[in-house]
Amino acid sequence: MHPRQRNDVRPSEITPERVYRQRRELLKMLGIGSVGLVAGCGSENAPSAAIAEDSSATEKPLTIAKKGEYTLPDPQTSFKDATHYNNYYEFGTDKSDPARTSGRFKPTPWSVEIAGHAELTGKFTLEDILKPHALEERVYRHRCVEGWSMVIPWDGISLADLLKRFKPTAQAKYVAFTTVNRPSEMSGMRSAVLDWPYREGLRIDEAMHPLAFLSTGLYGRELPNQNGAPLRLIVPWKYGFKGIKSIVKIEFTDSRPRTTWNLAGPGEYGFYSNVNPDVDHPRWSQRTERRIAGDGFNLFGNRIETKPFNGYADQVASLYAGMDLRKNF
Amino acid sequence: MFRDRIAASKPLVFLLCLVPLAALVWDTIQNELGTDPVAQLEHRTGLWALRLLLATLAITPLRRVTDWNKAVRYRRMLGLFAFFYVNVHFAVYLFIDLGGYSADIVEQIAKKPYITVGFTAWLLLLPLAFSSTQKAMRRLGRRWGQLHKLVYAIALLALLHFLWLVKADKREPLAYIAVFALLMLWRLPWKKLSSPDRRPSPPPRTHAPQTQSD
Ligand code: HEM
Repeated sequence: MHPRQRNDVRPSEITPERVYRQRRELLKMLGIGSVGLVAGCGSENAPSAAIAEDSSATEKPLTIAKKGEYTLPDPQTSFKDATHYNNYYEFGTDKSDPARTSGRFKPTPWSVEIAGHAELTGKFTLEDILKPHALEERVYRHRCVEGWSMVIPWDGISLADLLKRFKPTAQAKYVAFTTVNRPSEMSGMRSAVLDWPYREGLRIDEAMHPLAFLSTGLYGRELPNQNGAPLRLIVPWKYGFKGIKSIVKIEFTDSRPRTTWNLAGPGEYGFYSNVNPDVDHPRWSQRTERRIAGDGFNLFGNRIETKPFNGYADQVASLYAGMDLRKNF
Repeated sequence: MFRDRIAASKPLVFLLCLVPLAALVWDTIQNELGTDPVAQLEHRTGLWALRLLLATLAITPLRRVTDWNKAVRYRRMLGLFAFFYVNVHFAVYLFIDLGGYSADIVEQIAKKPYITVGFTAWLLLLPLAFSSTQKAMRRLGRRWGQLHKLVYAIALLALLHFLWLVKADKREPLAYIAVFALLMLWRLPWKKLSSPDRRPSPPPRTHAPQTQSD
């Protein structure tokens, strides 16, 4: 389906969201939790092997059309770890907070505004945004600026494929993303630890790179709230905080967008934030990282060397040819 | 068996100070340290080191406020336990976190401000720990008290260490800084002015007859 037809979503068509929420609220009051409902349908579909062992997975299984193009030999992080160790400050600053406090967040219904220098702009429902695309699984390394890393099978779509549908114009030099702003459902937003709402951005050629990915799930299941439901960005050659969560707005801009962590600490978090073992963060060495993966008890031997561009140099280094990456960190 | 109530309660305080360690060992054995066990070990040992350090600094205000002068006899134990947890903390960082990259510690100390101040605090704790015996106290005399004033610098460095390692949410380290500030405020002379009791604090005066080391 072409997004043209989606361009004329009128505000009146959005209203049912409120009705829908009220209904969910009512169900909740009656004690029928959404978790129960979701778990119910989860049992009908056979989840993939990795999840089958994990009883904590209650998210709906996804239909994945494509697999195997992006795989890694590295042992994967467990579903439990990837979903219970999250930096999502809107849900609290402790890494265990998001899994605990994001239950109230409502990722459906969802709409995303496409704005700026593109032929097609407007507000679209997530269903319409995703409809023309088949879901794909990609196993990527995930490197946090704090010095730990994971290996996660994400499910989603190529960012470039999505962006192209909106026909960005020649003036579109950057792509800016914004996270939803819902303090009532995101208790961490009550404290001003960051300048809300969360914003991130990419240069247009970075956004159009085949590795850039929009995730709607992980481990073959819908994204849990704490991982950025219902739609989040994955840029595997950059530090994790570039992967903005719960996206509500995508804007094509002609100037470099302001980004949240860069605003919070310009000397610590650059706009590019490419994984680079040669550029130290003032707090954390970036030469090595602690890998959180594999099964069982991992207290020792988790430290490994960090690779330039998180191991994706062959694919992405050319984007930065001629740039001083120490200055443009 | 015990000279007085303080002497009798000391083994209990000793055991209490070991509870955080026991909990750590237990959680480690049970694999209950969460997703990032190393970070958890670092955080818990660091926090207990800091708490015990602040507890040490709380003794003087406690004596001023309550007139419970004998409380000073817990101070050495608290200080030594703070030192103990700092050592576990440091060892976890060096041998488990850095692990095979232990040699990186030199670069870390030189380059990462939070490690620099943490390490300085650890260095400054060494002379205090080693001069904590009765013998050292006697030998150093007046200088013992002067030397042990280093504890203020150590506490400040430890608090800076905490403040600087936090990425954005400074509330927790700030809470500890507030506690420290309060403990320092209590030391201001206004308390002395209003109180006829002006006993100097360090070095702790132990009461005769001294039968056991405390
Ligand atoms: C050799 C010196 C030291 C080293 C190498 C060291 C290292 C570390 C490391 C690596 C962390 C975790 C940082 C992170 O997760 O980003 C940490 C946290 C911490 N350290 Fe230290 N440290 C040292 C000395 C001290 C001392 C002397 C104290 C206090 C008396 C202390 C108290 C703390 C506290 C309170 C935390 C934070 C705990 C939390 O986040 O909940 N450290 N330290």
